[in-house]
Amino acid sequence: MLAAEQVAEHAAEHVGWFLDHAFLIPLVPAVAFAIIILVGKRLPMKGSEVGVASIFASLVLAVGVAYQWIERSHTTVEPVIRKVVWWQSGGVEFSVGQHIDGLSVVMLLLVAFISTLVQIYSLEYLRGDRRYTHFFAALTLFSGGMLMMVLAENMVQLILGWEIMGLCSFMLIGHWWEEETNSRAALKAFWTVRVGDIGLLVGTGIVFFGASAFAQESGSNGFSIAAINEWALNDTSASRTVLLWGSVALFIACIGKSGQFPLHTWLPDAMAGPTPVSSLLHSSTMVVAGVFLVARLYPLFHTGLDINVAGQQFNLIAVIGGITIIIAAALAFVQTDIKKVLAYSTVSQLGYMMMGLGVGAFTPAVFHVFTHAFFKCCLFLCAGSVAHSGSHHSFEMKKDMGGLARKMPITAACWIISTLALCGVPFFSGFFSKDEIIDNAHHNGYTVFWIVGLVGAFMTTAYMTRATYLTFFGVARGAAAGVHHDDSHAVAHDVHDTHDVHDANDAHDAHAGPHESPALITVPLVILAVLALTAGYLNAAPFHLEKFTEWFATEGREPFPELAHATFEWVNAMPSIVLVAAGFIVSLFISRGLYGEKAFFLKGITKRSRPLRAGYTFLYNKYYLDALYENVIVRAVAYPISKATYWINQNVIDRTVDQVGLTGQSVGNWVYRNIDQRVVDGAVNGSGAAARGTGSALRPIQSGKVNQYGALLFGAAAIGALVLVIVNT
Amino acid sequence: MLINEFLLLGAVLFCIGIYGVIARKNAVMVLMAIELILNAVNLNLLAFALRNGSPDGHVFALYVIAVAAAEVGVGLGLVLLIYRNKRTIALDELSEMKG
Amino acid sequence: MLAETLVAQNISFGIIATVMIVGAIRVVTSKNVVHAALWLVCVLAGAAAQYLLVYAEFVAITQILVYVGAVMVLFLFGVMLTRARIGNENDLNNKNWALGIPVALTMFAAMAIALVGGFTDEKLPSPSTAVRIDTQAVSDAIFKPYLLPFWALSFVLLVAVIGAIVLARKD
Repeated sequence: MLAAEQVAEHAAEHVGWFLDHAFLIPLVPAVAFAIIILVGKRLPMKGSEVGVASIFASLVLAVGVAYQWIERSHTTVEPVIRKVVWWQSGGVEFSVGQHIDGLSVVMLLLVAFISTLVQIYSLEYLRGDRRYTHFFAALTLFSGGMLMMVLAENMVQLILGWEIMGLCSFMLIGHWWEEETNSRAALKAFWTVRVGDIGLLVGTGIVFFGASAFAQESGSNGFSIAAINEWALNDTSASRTVLLWGSVALFIACIGKSGQFPLHTWLPDAMAGPTPVSSLLHSSTMVVAGVFLVARLYPLFHTGLDINVAGQQFNLIAVIGGITIIIAAALAFVQTDIKKVLAYSTVSQLGYMMMGLGVGAFTPAVFHVFTHAFFKCCLFLCAGSVAHSGSHHSFEMKKDMGGLARKMPITAACWIISTLALCGVPFFSGFFSKDEIIDNAHHNGYTVFWIVGLVGAFMTTAYMTRATYLTFFGVARGAAAGVHHDDSHAVAHDVHDTHDVHDANDAHDAHAGPHESPALITVPLVILAVLALTAGYLNAAPFHLEKFTEWFATEGREPFPELAHATFEWVNAMPSIVLVAAGFIVSLFISRGLYGEKAFFLKGITKRSRPLRAGYTFLYNKYYLDALYENVIVRAVAYPISKATYWINQNVIDRTVDQVGLTGQSVGNWVYRNIDQRVVDGAVNGSGAAARGTGSALRPIQSGKVNQYGALLFGAAAIGALVLVIVNT
Repeated sequence: MLINEFLLLGAVLFCIGIYGVIARKNAVMVLMAIELILNAVNLNLLAFALRNGSPDGHVFALYVIAVAAAEVGVGLGLVLLIYRNKRTIALDELSEMKG
Repeated sequence: MLAETLVAQNISFGIIATVMIVGAIRVVTSKNVVHAALWLVCVLAGAAAQYLLVYAEFVAITQILVYVGAVMVLFLFGVMLTRARIGNENDLNNKNWALGIPVALTMFAAMAIALVGGFTDEKLPSPSTAVRIDTQAVSDAIFKPYLLPFWALSFVLLVAVIGAIVLARKD
């Protein structure tokens, strides 16, 4: 059953050892995870060396794969598909294998590279943590899950990797679970993503049954990614409804995983995890998984959601992406926690990627995933570095930072380079990817999203300028000024374990004030900053460098939809450059006014001006989305129902009682005693109790009583079934 | 024999079981009501096996029986644990999940 | 001859079904936990008899062995260990027990409409035409196409055994 019968699809074709054995890339971290869990605590470095070594091995393998892929891409860009039968049940074969094409090669390289740097960084950042071994185990498995998902040959394997990541993100975000906010954040992340995951399962099911017949002709089944793409693109008999709902369901999963509106609320809370986790989560794994899924099944989404259909100004992916860009960027303005600014920035950038895919800018979107990973990872690690050595483990920009540029020159330089890249300043990597997305939106006729992209660029520059100013310039405040205050006020997330160690290990807590971080932290920073500067030149349209497209393009091969491309012209890039400059100047002016040394008319403006204060409160409360989920929706469901039950209770049941009571009296004593008293009254009391019960069960819908949950569940199922039955007969 | 005889019998048992799950307070009684539900399903599986002349229904009826045995084992283990900690197995007194 | 068997089958189906329904109602309404358990035995044995009527001998025997033999003993142990009073107990029902009636009735209405509308008066194959599924066919099905669920089930049972021990252990 589990016999490794190699499906000899491309047996004749020799493609090179690394490409043939790409499946080893996720396998190595998976094995390392087992080793760390089992014997990690007894190893000299508590298991961290196994984690770093395994991820580094994955990186080497990934580089080999990339090299051979590029060599091969001169002649052919056929994906390298290898699979073995994993199990079979009821006539369906479930396989496991690899689907290597340009997209997966890029992602493999990216994930392995970022993971390696993050692991090295964690060696120092988490030194002496009380769950050091478990941290590295989870981190390693996390990377393994992402790598597995990236090269998945079929949807089942993809779901497996996807869920491994979900589990590990839960463990990592809740790493310091002793503090309740952390464990709540972990639960929130887990459940919010789970809400989306329902879409993944449903969508996979829909697509499986839709594509099965078509796929069987070529000897695979409806789980195979290659078969799904081919089916979506080439099967003219495929039902439009199946395509539409399949892609909508799958996109819901992407909304959850990639933190798109309206399920983005988990992402900023996920900052409760250690900073290396945040940087890994937000740059190349987890949140990118949703974008990757859309890119992976792009033909399906392209046909299912009518992307690039002439005359269609809107489609689901672009709309969600566009909304996310704007609202997340707006939220970033009011955050005081440096990591939350970055979190919302990530959400906003993910919006760019989604929007890029939605307007048919496939390669620019994937390229943005690539460049964004470097500078966002660098920004997070910089924030961690600041907290580690500069602000006494606090992430509060207003309280504990400011003026750190002189004390921490390397960190500040890396931060600024990455910020410039994020803002899309010309000649930094973000410019070449983000501007391409905006440009293509314009070129493909999506005027609305072109404007959204431009506004987003302006906002990005503005909030990043604010964050930079608050952190590295202006007056030093709190811990950054060397004030050794009580830890009790520090809401910071990283105060826990690093502290114990510092007390024990070095003179750090004797507090020599802010200083530069040690080499294990700065070296990854510098590497990432250099890449943030240069990665863009792989696909720099202004200089006609198109190595990225040439090497990794999935476009142009079968099956893939035809996409139009904008040709770069400086004139087209001017609006965004101008807006970026404007954002910088405006924000610098305001930041200096608000947070600078001198008294200024802008100071305290949100306290003085009513409309501005209202706007600030609105943003500060994250559009009240959390409140909406927790209070309004639950109440909206509960109140009308309990009101209705009360009405029925008062008007229908009570009157029935009266009527029946009168009848009972007139018929006679015997009937009164036996029928009215026992049967009817019992029933009435019963239904009255039921009505009251329903009311009291629904008002605080979480009554904690299992029977009531059961009643709700079965009642809803029964009514749903009844409706279905009646509709169908 | 009509196939509906069996299917309706299954439906009746299923609904009685659901009533039991909702109405009963004693955790052991709830487990019993769940057994009724599982048996109703088995009745359907076997009736369809006869109708279609395929062994699949038998196979899954057996699987259901095995799962039911496991469920009772773990369920009663939980009930015992709850009883030991709370001195009660009345389900409406266990409302720690109240939100 | 054929008609007679069918009549006999129909009659026995009716009798057993009545017993089962009455038993099931008693299970969920009885005020005594031990009585409820005994009524449950009645329903389970009745189900085994119904399985015989649809020619599922192996499943019927398994039903008797596992349910009536093992599961019921477990239930009685559960009743005993949680010190349920042996006599009547008046508070076996929830405050909201009446909620169960409309839910169950709605559910039954949905199923009844679907079944009556869907199968109307379709007959089961008569004894002469029915494909008999013997134990060998069942085992072939278990160990060939449905082997993987079988393995999964073995794991479930293993986990249940370990889990029950861990849960019930005193320490």
